[in-house]
Amino acid sequence: MSAPIVRVQNLTKQFGNFTAVDHVSFEIQPGETVGLLGPNGAGKTTTFQMLLGVITPTHGTIEMLGFDLLHHREEILRQVNFSSTYISMPYALTVEENLRVIGRLYGVSGIDRRIDDVIKKLEMEDMRHKIARKLSSGQMTRLTLAKAVLTEPKILFLDEPTASLDPDIAHKVKGFLKEYRATSGLSMLYTSHNMREIEEMSDRIVFLQRGKVIAEGTAQEVIAQYGEDDLEQVFLKIARER
Amino acid sequence: MNVGRILALISRHLFLYRRSFPRLLEIFYWPLLDLVVWGFITVYLAQEGKELHGAVVFFLGALIFWDILFRAQQGITISFLEEIWSRNLMNLFASPLTAGEFLAAMMAMSIFKVAAVSIIMAFAALFFYSYNVFIMGLTLIPFIMNLIASGWLIGILTTSVIMRFGQQAEVLAWGLVFLFQPISCVFYPLSVLPGWLQPLAMANPAAHVFEGMREVLLNQAVPWSHLWWAMGLNGLYLLIMIAIYQYTFAACKDRGMLVRVGE
Repeated sequence: MSAPIVRVQNLTKQFGNFTAVDHVSFEIQPGETVGLLGPNGAGKTTTFQMLLGVITPTHGTIEMLGFDLLHHREEILRQVNFSSTYISMPYALTVEENLRVIGRLYGVSGIDRRIDDVIKKLEMEDMRHKIARKLSSGQMTRLTLAKAVLTEPKILFLDEPTASLDPDIAHKVKGFLKEYRATSGLSMLYTSHNMREIEEMSDRIVFLQRGKVIAEGTAQEVIAQYGEDDLEQVFLKIARER
Repeated sequence: MNVGRILALISRHLFLYRRSFPRLLEIFYWPLLDLVVWGFITVYLAQEGKELHGAVVFFLGALIFWDILFRAQQGITISFLEEIWSRNLMNLFASPLTAGEFLAAMMAMSIFKVAAVSIIMAFAALFFYSYNVFIMGLTLIPFIMNLIASGWLIGILTTSVIMRFGQQAEVLAWGLVFLFQPISCVFYPLSVLPGWLQPLAMANPAAHVFEGMREVLLNQAVPWSHLWWAMGLNGLYLLIMIAIYQYTFAACKDRGMLVRVGE
């Protein structure tokens, strides 16, 4: 097995007396997609934000692409991107302007060609010159996804990427992500409250509750561990045990 | 410091201003209104008493200079607020952009705003009141540079406070700078201040700029001592403000407040 592209060890975040993330450890292999699951308040968002370098961990280490995030933030983040349903893009800029700014921010070369490519692949031609304020929530989700893949990242963090999409567009987005992953060798950390989607998209699952990892493995392994029929039943069992 | 990333952020703001008429208006509206009102007041004063002949020169010069400082401050603070209003901080700080590059881009935006306002006001003063701001000659350049630096000081301080205390501190973006106006001696000489306030004004680089400006207009002499004081104090305070900004940025990351500042 090759060296992990993401290695999280004993990651802990305390806000005063409250421990949001408690000694979490997991790895992501190159080309692998890991689903990060857990009920609301389990620590998923805090973990995401620590991995993206916008929250400083209290303890523990984050290594990505062989570097320590604390000391090699710029080198790492140049090759990492994210998309979240809950984070939009500047409303007063058009879709194309938003992508252009992001491209420049990450130093993407051949930016015009890259923007054309991403817009085509995500079927966004009709909204290319539209002000972001006028986008529907589904279109905004596609824009944040376009922003995330524009920079050709090696690691992609996806926080409920299909949450506000209709089934048709959600299906296309998942198809796009699978194809993109297959052709680019991308590694992903994926959260969703749609258990079927998590099973479909993830190679492995890391289950968080109250900031701790309580289960880890393939979807089938986690289902078997809890003696349930499917991942949704496992989720309900864990959420109701709180 | 990566210039490409700084330019990326500048382009983001230029895209914004290119399309937003209210934002463009905001840059020019108040300075022009100030100029018109103060201009007529000083013309009236000059007509009433010949001894106030130099009033137009003083007041309009002071007004234009104060607006340079104000716009330099706004250039930093409003650029930061734009990122809060559009909830864009997560997109920016989860990218390779550093806090220093972010600040550098905001400083560049403030120069853009200062340049825009100064040109418009200088031409408006010339057109309406036959007042030529360039009568100060080349001494104008170090004065303007010092005023921009003074504006940055207040801008960085305001930004740090908003970052720390969130959007509830937003009002400071427009208000904090005026706390410094009385001790900047914009429209009156430092000697007018009560004795206990004068040392405070002396420690304010902007006061040296305005004192210097008056000296140029009165005595036609370059007030080197005021310029050196202004430069020294600006340099010292800029280092302190940048340290405060970096400390606040790190503290906000530690407390998880950086991406929640607009909530």
